[in-house]
Amino acid sequence: MEPVISIRPLLAVAIAGLAALSVLLLNKREKLRDLVSPLAAVAMFTIVASMAPTVMAGGTVELRLFEILPGIDFAFRVDALGMVFATVSSLLWIVAAVYSIGYMRHLNEHAQTRFFACFALSLAPAVGGAFAANLFTLVIFYEVLSLVTYPLVYHHEDEEGWKGSRKYLVYLMGASKSVLLAALALTYAIAGSLDFVPGGLLAGANAPAALLTVIYFCYLFGFAKAAVMPMHAWLPAAMVAPTPVSALLHAVAVVKMGVFCVLRVVFHVFGAGLVGGLGLGIATAYLVSFTILMASVYALTRDDLKARLAYSTVSQLSYVVLGAVLLSPVAMVGGIIHIAAHAFSKITLFFCAGSIYCASGKRNISDMAGIGRRLPWTMGAFFVASLSMIGVPPTAGFVSKWYLTLGSVEAGEVAFLIVLLASSVLNAAYFLPVSYVAFFGAEARESPPAVREIPLVTIPLVATAILSVLMGVFPGYFLALAEGVVR
Amino acid sequence: MGFPLLSLIIFTPAAGAAVLMFLRSDDAARWTALVVTVLDLALSIVLLAGFDTTTHEMQFTEKVPWVPALGITYALGVDGISALFVFLTALLSTVSVLASWVAIERKVTAFMASLLAMQALMLGVFLSLDLFLFYVFWEAMLIPMYLIIGVWGGEGRVYAAFKFFLYTLAGSLLFLVGVIALYFHGGETFDILALTALDLPFQVQSWLFFAFLIAFAVKVPMVPVHTWLPDAHVQAPTAGSIILAGVLLKMGAYGFLRFSLPMLPEASLYFSPLMLALSALAIVYGGLLALAQDDLKKLVAYSSISHMGFVTMGIFALNLRGLEGGILQMFNHGVTTGALFLFVGLIYERTHTRSIADYGGLMKVAPVYTVFLALFTLSSMALPGTNSFVGELLVLSGGFAANFAVGAAAVLGATLGAAYLLGMYRKVALGPPSVGGRFKIRDVNAREMVAILPLAAFVLWVGLYPKPFLAIIDASVSHLLTEVHGTEGGQ
Repeated sequence: MEPVISIRPLLAVAIAGLAALSVLLLNKREKLRDLVSPLAAVAMFTIVASMAPTVMAGGTVELRLFEILPGIDFAFRVDALGMVFATVSSLLWIVAAVYSIGYMRHLNEHAQTRFFACFALSLAPAVGGAFAANLFTLVIFYEVLSLVTYPLVYHHEDEEGWKGSRKYLVYLMGASKSVLLAALALTYAIAGSLDFVPGGLLAGANAPAALLTVIYFCYLFGFAKAAVMPMHAWLPAAMVAPTPVSALLHAVAVVKMGVFCVLRVVFHVFGAGLVGGLGLGIATAYLVSFTILMASVYALTRDDLKARLAYSTVSQLSYVVLGAVLLSPVAMVGGIIHIAAHAFSKITLFFCAGSIYCASGKRNISDMAGIGRRLPWTMGAFFVASLSMIGVPPTAGFVSKWYLTLGSVEAGEVAFLIVLLASSVLNAAYFLPVSYVAFFGAEARESPPAVREIPLVTIPLVATAILSVLMGVFPGYFLALAEGVVR
Repeated sequence: MGFPLLSLIIFTPAAGAAVLMFLRSDDAARWTALVVTVLDLALSIVLLAGFDTTTHEMQFTEKVPWVPALGITYALGVDGISALFVFLTALLSTVSVLASWVAIERKVTAFMASLLAMQALMLGVFLSLDLFLFYVFWEAMLIPMYLIIGVWGGEGRVYAAFKFFLYTLAGSLLFLVGVIALYFHGGETFDILALTALDLPFQVQSWLFFAFLIAFAVKVPMVPVHTWLPDAHVQAPTAGSIILAGVLLKMGAYGFLRFSLPMLPEASLYFSPLMLALSALAIVYGGLLALAQDDLKKLVAYSSISHMGFVTMGIFALNLRGLEGGILQMFNHGVTTGALFLFVGLIYERTHTRSIADYGGLMKVAPVYTVFLALFTLSSMALPGTNSFVGELLVLSGGFAANFAVGAAAVLGATLGAAYLLGMYRKVALGPPSVGGRFKIRDVNAREMVAILPLAAFVLWVGLYPKPFLAIIDASVSHLLTEVHGTEGGQ
C-alpha cells in the first residue's frame, strides 16, 4: 500500500507547541488561558484519529521533512505501533487537561502558567516520538520530553522537589547521554542509517554477535523511561510533581515513550528474528520478570499512595517489554495493547490519588479509612481501575493479560506464566486493601464536612474509569492495531 | 586570477586596525570596528555563496611571487576544510566587538585595533597556501592576543598572558624546525600544495609528525599541554575568550588537517592509535576537571578541552564520518563555546562574580538570558536537535569504527558533559534567586541580542539541517582520505 503523504503528523506536534505558546501569552487572563489546553487536546486527538483509518487498513501516513545526515532524515511515519501510543496520549490529554484545571485551581498552586505551558508542550514530543520515522527523530523527541517535563517535576520548588527532579534528570539524561548515545553511534556505524525497518534495521548487518548484544542492552537501559530495573529509581522520585503530571506524564506519556522506544528497537531496529537468534529475548524476559515482581514487592511496602502507584507502574511497564521479547505473536499483541490498557487504568488511579489529596489533603493509605463514604465516585473509580490492574474481566487489563498469558504458553515458557500469575496476586494484594479500607474502614475521627467530590476533578476520573471498562469490552481498535504491528 | 576576494577578506580588518590608530573617540572606535567586522562578515558570506562544493581543489586562489629567491610566494586559497573557519572567524569577530562594547573601558581604540589585527591574522592562517606565509600569520597572532590578555585582562593577566605566550611559542619553534625540514625535502619550496604531493620516507614523516604534533597539540590544546588554557581564559576579557576558544583552538586541529594528515599520511596512520588515546584522555580528563569547577569561566574552559578531544578523535579516526564530524564539531564548538563565554561575560559585567555558588534563580530576574543560556548549555552537552549532537554522533560513529575502547571513553566524556553542564545550569538559573538582593541584574539588551541571535540560529540550523555545512566540507574530506589511505591502497 502506498504511503499517504500528509502534513498531519507535523500538525499534531505543532498544536501542542502552539498551545504552550498561547498559554504563555495569556499569562494574565486565567480563564482564557485554562481554556487553551482542552481545546488543543481535542484538536490533537481529532488529527490523530483522522489518520487512524489509513493505519487500520495497513497503510502509513508519512512526512519527510529534510535530510539530517546521509541515511538519517528528520521524518515522520505513522504506523500501527505509533498509532497506539499517539491515540492513548492524545485521548488522555483531553481528560487530563480538564483534570489539571480542577486540581491546580482547587489547590491554588503557584506558577500555574509555567505549569500549563510545560504540560501542553510535553505532548508535542510525546506524539512526535510516536510518529518518528527513525531513531534520530525519535531520540530528539525523547530528549525534549525529558527537558520539558523537568520543570513540572520541580514545580513545588521545595527541597523535596529539587531532590526528586535532580534524580529525574540524572537518571534520564545520564542514561541517554551514555549508553543510548553509544548505541546510536554504533548502530549508525554498522548500518549506515537509523531508519526503522520492518523486520529490523540490523537484521542483515555484518557485525559480531557480542557487539550486537552490547548495543541491544545499551538501548534497553539507555531508554531509561522504560524503567527496567535498575533504571527505575527516577519514577518514584518524579512523584514530587503535582498529581496531574504523575497521571498523564508519569503513567502515560513519558513512561510509555520509554517502552515504546524499546518496542521500536525490538521490532524495527533489531527485528524479532535477530533478538531471538542472539538469545536476547529470553534474557530480557528474565530481566523484566525480575522488575515485574520486585517492583510489586516494593509497591506492597509503600504507604504513600502515589509511591505505591509509581512502583506499580514500574512493574506494569515491564509487562509491555515482556510481551515484546517473548517473541510470540500473541504475546507481542498483549504487550502492545497493554500500553493502552495500563494507561487508561493507571491514569484513573492517579486521578483518584489527586482527588483524595484535593478533597482531604491525605496522601497515606493508612489515613484513608472510610474516605470512600465521603468520595464515593472517586473510590468507585479507583476500585474499577484496580480490577483492571489485576486483570479481572471485563476490564482493559484483562484483555492484555489474557494475551500475555496465552503468549507465554505459545512461546513455551511456563516460567513467565507463573510470573504473570504471581504478579496478578501481588497486584491484588496492594490494590484491593486500599478500596477495602476506604469503604469499610472506620474513620479515625469524623472528617470535616468539607471533604467532598470536586466536580472538575471527579468527572475526568470517572471518564477514564469508564474508558478502562470500555476497552475491556470493545478492545477491537487496539487489537487491530497491535495485530498490524505483528503482521 | 580574478577578483582578489581572499586578500580583501584578510586586509579589510587590517586596514580597519590601521584606521583605528588615528581615532581619538571611543565611540568612533567601537562603531568603526563594528562596521569593519560586519563588512568582513559580509565578504565571507560572499565567499561561501560562491564556493563550489563539488571540488576539493583550492578556490579563489591568488598567487604573487614574494621572495622568489627563497621560493616564497604570497599564495592564498580556500577549500572545504578552511571555508567554514573563514566564516566562523568573521562571525565571532563581530560578536567579540559587540561583547566588548561596554566591557572594555580603557584604551578602547587600542583594544579594537588589536581585535581587528587579530582577525586579519587568523584569516591569514586559514587562507595561506604558502608555508612561510602561514608561519608568519601563525606567529604574528601571538602578539595581539598577548596584548588582549595582558592589557585588558583580569587580576592575574600578566602571568596568564606570559604563560600563553611561552607555551605557544615553544610549540611554534618546533613547528619552525619542521617547516625548514620540509622546505629542504620538498626542493626548496614553501608551496603547501607542492609539499602535500611529496612522498616522504616514513622515518622523516615520523620526525616531522612529532614536531608538528607538539606545536598543534599546544594550540588545541591536548592533555598534557593544556595548562595554559584555563589561566588564559580566566584572565582574558570576554572578547579574548571568545576568540581564543572559538577560533584559536581550531588552529591546532586545522594544522593537523592541513599538514599532518596530507603531508605525513603514513605517520598519521601509524600514530593514529596514540592520537586517539590522547583524544580520549582529553575528553575524560577535561570533563572531570570541568566537573570540579566553581568558576563559570573555568568550567567552560575545561569543557573546551573535552570538546576539542572529540575533534581530534574524529580527525584521527581517519574515516569519513570521523573527519566530517571532527570538522563540523570545530565549527560547532566555535559557535557554542563562543556563546557560552559571551554569556559568562554578560553576567559578569552585571554581578562581578563568576562563582557558581554566588548564583541562583536567574530565571526569575533575567528570563531571556536564562532561556538562551539553556539553549547554549544544551548545545554544549550535545542534546539531540542541536548542532553538537550531529557532530558528536558522526565523531562517535567514526571513533567506534576506528577503535571500540576509544569510542567508549568518549561516551563517558559525553556523560560527564551532561553532568557538569546541567549541574551548572540548575545552580545558576533555577531555584530561589540569590543574586537578586545583592546585585542589580538587568536582562539582555538589544545590542546583546544582536550578538546572541546569530549564534542561536546556528545552533538550531546545524542541529536540524547540517546538510549545507557538510556539503562544504565533503569533497575536501573525501579527497583528504584518499591522500591518507592512498599509500595503503584506499580505504
